[in-house]
Amino acid sequence: MAEIRNYTMNFGPQHPSAHGVLRLVMEMDGEVIQRVDPHIGLLHRGTEKLAESKPFNHSIGYMDRLDYVSMMCNEHAYVMAIEKLLGVEVPIRAQYIRVMFDEITRILNHLMWLGAHGLDIGAMTVFLYCFREREDLMDCYEAVSGTRMHATYYRPGGVYRDLPTAMPKYETSKWHNEKEVARLNAHREGSLLDFIEAFTDRFPGCVDDYETLLTENRIWKQRTVGIGVVSPERAEALGFTGPMLRGSGVEWDLRRKQPYEVYDELDFQIPVGVNGDCYDRYLVRVEEMRQANAIVRQCIRWLRDNPGPVMADDHKVTPPSREEMKDDMEALIHHFKLFTEGYSVPEGEVYAAVEAPKGEFGAYLVSDGANKPYRLKLRAPGFAHLAALDEMSRGHMLSDMVAIIGTQDIVFGEIDR
Amino acid sequence: MTDPNDSLRALLAEKLRDAATAVTVDRLGQIQVDLARERMIAGFEIIRQDSQLAYGQFIDLSGVDYADYQDGASAHPRFGVVYQLLSLRHNRRLRVRVFATGEELPTVASVAGIWPVANWFEREAFDLFGIIFEGHPDLRRILTDYGFIGHPMRKDFPLNGRVEVLYDEAQQRVRYQPVTIENRVTVPRVVRHDHRYEHAGEED
Repeated sequence: MAEIRNYTMNFGPQHPSAHGVLRLVMEMDGEVIQRVDPHIGLLHRGTEKLAESKPFNHSIGYMDRLDYVSMMCNEHAYVMAIEKLLGVEVPIRAQYIRVMFDEITRILNHLMWLGAHGLDIGAMTVFLYCFREREDLMDCYEAVSGTRMHATYYRPGGVYRDLPTAMPKYETSKWHNEKEVARLNAHREGSLLDFIEAFTDRFPGCVDDYETLLTENRIWKQRTVGIGVVSPERAEALGFTGPMLRGSGVEWDLRRKQPYEVYDELDFQIPVGVNGDCYDRYLVRVEEMRQANAIVRQCIRWLRDNPGPVMADDHKVTPPSREEMKDDMEALIHHFKLFTEGYSVPEGEVYAAVEAPKGEFGAYLVSDGANKPYRLKLRAPGFAHLAALDEMSRGHMLSDMVAIIGTQDIVFGEIDR
Repeated sequence: MTDPNDSLRALLAEKLRDAATAVTVDRLGQIQVDLARERMIAGFEIIRQDSQLAYGQFIDLSGVDYADYQDGASAHPRFGVVYQLLSLRHNRRLRVRVFATGEELPTVASVAGIWPVANWFEREAFDLFGIIFEGHPDLRRILTDYGFIGHPMRKDFPLNGRVEVLYDEAQQRVRYQPVTIENRVTVPRVVRHDHRYEHAGEED
């Protein structure tokens, strides 16, 4: 009789459910995974090295490209690190805007995760629904920053500009007739805040739709319940953060435990899982979308009533307004110096972290007093999560590997940096 | 009112009196422990196990190359490793720094036995800085290309890299060659010592 042995199998790096460029070398016993060795770095762009060669502000755009489905949260950590070293106070209105966009980003990220995770394990429809809602949120990004994804909207000292009072509208074309355009523009007549508010009105209903499709779905439960179980103790030892940690039943959320910006003034709940399997992490993330929606609504209410500056009034760090710059010599000099040389950051080192949708995203910044960072280390939540892939998938079937990759919410931009 | 950082600093200094060379609180209120290279494992064991410290979560590990720090003015050894730890129980953060010993092969001890997650972070620091982690179970490169030579985050590694990759039409395959582009510095590095920056951020 032929001898039965383990064999090695290669997965990726260009597999549709590898979420980018993950290459796995798996040791299999039949269809059961014995050992997994993830090979990463295929998307390594040297962000940290690039940041060392540029003035502080020039690297904000790189942060968007790290975790490219939760763009503004990455900027937030980096900008917060610079602000801490500089000692710049951010105006309260800018803090609310940041919190609002952090939560919009959280919804964006979780929609992408839900769609992709569903697609990976056989639920195609959810993907289409999720992308419908993502489109509206991308429009919010576009309205404030001019780009749909890589916003570069947060700046040290605040946000680049105040919320626009009008939304861009669709126009009739040979693809869209007047009736259709009227429907598309229905919520775009007012300001950005009106548009977001209309979104938050209908979004809980959309989440109900996704839940109808998945939560009690027999196939969905068969693919996720009891898969990739992590105990709370192991989750802590494996460096899990965010929904991965909460899914295992540890109540830990930086927004609550170490509040930054105005999170301590907002009312929201932190969902926590029980069993630490893929299904619980799904429930946690779905509930997080609802909570994020509630936070956005609170921010809208506050922002409507409280106009004010959105950028600190310290022109060594923040640019003067265009108007000022055009007729004040000193403002012109500030503008010129800021956009060429940048600003020098006092010597020191700082670690700033935010609760990004995937977990704790942190920036460790060392400055030696120059206009460029001396060292910037980005702490990506996905890096620690992927490191645990081996442990989470041992003893599971090959097809469960896809569910585990999905539940980890892997994005290679941040892991490879 | 006593500053909570002072009591934590006193606690750390007492618990780590054998292993730490310094326990400091910086101007931003962040606590940093400098551990001696030889006794770092004992120090980390205490930081992890002691119930009053209980830094159960290993957040980050970062190599730092101090070669150009303030244009080479620093008196440290060249390579340091900075650990960011978090205690979920006490809701506190801690920064620990260890300087690597050895000129040619900078070496520190591996903490992968204490926090399993450190495994990959140490591989990353080895890959990017060439810092050796003694006792690491599987010290391989992680982020750079297969067959990569050098340690890209070192300050003496050029920003452009050393090789470029291209498709060779004649040989019908991908090949490597030395870089043909020149390094361009668009914004020079400056350190301003004038009065403008002394109070940056404190005004307004």
